[in-house]
Amino acid sequence: MAETATKQRTVKFIITRRERPESAPYTEEFEVPYRPNMNVISALMEIQRNPVKADGGKTAPVCWESNCLEEVCGACSMVINGKPRQACSALVDKLEQPIRLEPMSTFPVVRDLVINRERMFQALKKVKAWIPIDGTYDLGPGPRMAETKRQWAYELSKCMTCGVCLEACPNVNERNSFIGPAAISQVRLFNAHPTGEMNEHERLEALMDDGGIEGCGNSQNCVRSCPKGIPLTTSIAAINKDTTKHMFKKWLTM
Amino acid sequence: MSGNSYLPRKLHSLLGVIPLGLFFIEHALTNYSAFEGGQQGFVDAVHGIHKLPLVFFIELFIIWLPILFHGVYGLYIAYQSNLNTGRFSYGRNWAFALQRISGVITLIFVFWHVWNTRVQVALGNTTYEQLGSHMHEIVNQPVYFAIYFIAVIAAVFHFSNGLWSFLVSWGITVGPRAQRVSSNICIGIFVIVSVLFLLSLFAFRGAEFAPSAAAAAISTATFG
Repeated sequence: MAETATKQRTVKFIITRRERPESAPYTEEFEVPYRPNMNVISALMEIQRNPVKADGGKTAPVCWESNCLEEVCGACSMVINGKPRQACSALVDKLEQPIRLEPMSTFPVVRDLVINRERMFQALKKVKAWIPIDGTYDLGPGPRMAETKRQWAYELSKCMTCGVCLEACPNVNERNSFIGPAAISQVRLFNAHPTGEMNEHERLEALMDDGGIEGCGNSQNCVRSCPKGIPLTTSIAAINKDTTKHMFKKWLTM
Repeated sequence: MSGNSYLPRKLHSLLGVIPLGLFFIEHALTNYSAFEGGQQGFVDAVHGIHKLPLVFFIELFIIWLPILFHGVYGLYIAYQSNLNTGRFSYGRNWAFALQRISGVITLIFVFWHVWNTRVQVALGNTTYEQLGSHMHEIVNQPVYFAIYFIAVIAAVFHFSNGLWSFLVSWGITVGPRAQRVSSNICIGIFVIVSVLFLLSLFAFRGAEFAPSAAAAAISTATFG
């Protein structure tokens, strides 16, 4: 009876690898045993357990980053079959094979699929994407936020700094200092907050600086790519409106 | 580009619509007079413009300087962009790529076109009265006609898509519905202005703009 068992079904992966940040990328192919409902992360875990290429040769395990495994942390973003997305929510059953994995090379590649998203966190610092309430005494409760406003602002708060919008944007590259869609949307979020609004001009002026909002070329790839469905292009246009108003206000009152 | 790029980029966007977009529409209408009114209609339309007071300064500040800034800064913007329509073949991303490609085509074409027309008038090689027959000679050469045909489509696309972008970049159309409606309006503008320019190109090919026929018309205009 054992003779009737068919060959184990496998999933083919073609992974773009790189040993060090400055070394040249190369691809390796892997055949991973298929399990129902597996995702790209569980396939990478399988390669880690048994780092053998499709041709039978041994290799170093593929490096990648992941944390939450439920598409809320943004750590496992990579280019899967040409599109940037999270590996944890990329189900193998729904992907065309062979599955091609590449690092999001808009960012500095650390090793294999691991990238450094430092520039996104620097961008959040640059635009002051927080609400300053620290002080030496209790400031008391802040102003209330209207429920209708809270509802759309909540959508913006879903941003997990995953970097997919920057990878999709044709204007985020080495020749361009554009800050990227994510930080602009965060400016809209914190300017919408009744307490955050008190420092509105600081965030707008950060975006009216070099590499700010003017770098947007309206390709609108960001809104098509965002895994959280954040209305990024609406945020950009709304901040275009606010920075334009701020520009005239400054001109006319100086 | 050192220093703040917000203001130059904003100015770039504005100049594309005011004054360049307005001049572009005016140009389309003047050319259309060649289709509607023939040789005489075109001569009258050209005369109407050159009767404007301080026409040199109008040309300088409404056309030449804005084109120079918009064109040179535009090349810099195009240089700063990646084209990734292969990975992201969405309509708007194609428009983004074509905006840069059509901009470069238009800039090269405008230099050549101004050299062939306005500069030749300035050098005394042709006159405003003879422009119609001058164009007739150019567009009756198949290669030049093809160049004009492609460049006119590129220029009209650059203008209509740029108008859509202007509305976003200045924060006028914010939401997705507003941007969809303005996109439809800009497609309409693209079709209408393209037709105006192309009809005039075909009109210039007509026999009535041939140098002999035109010379007769001019002699009656001059000595009649």
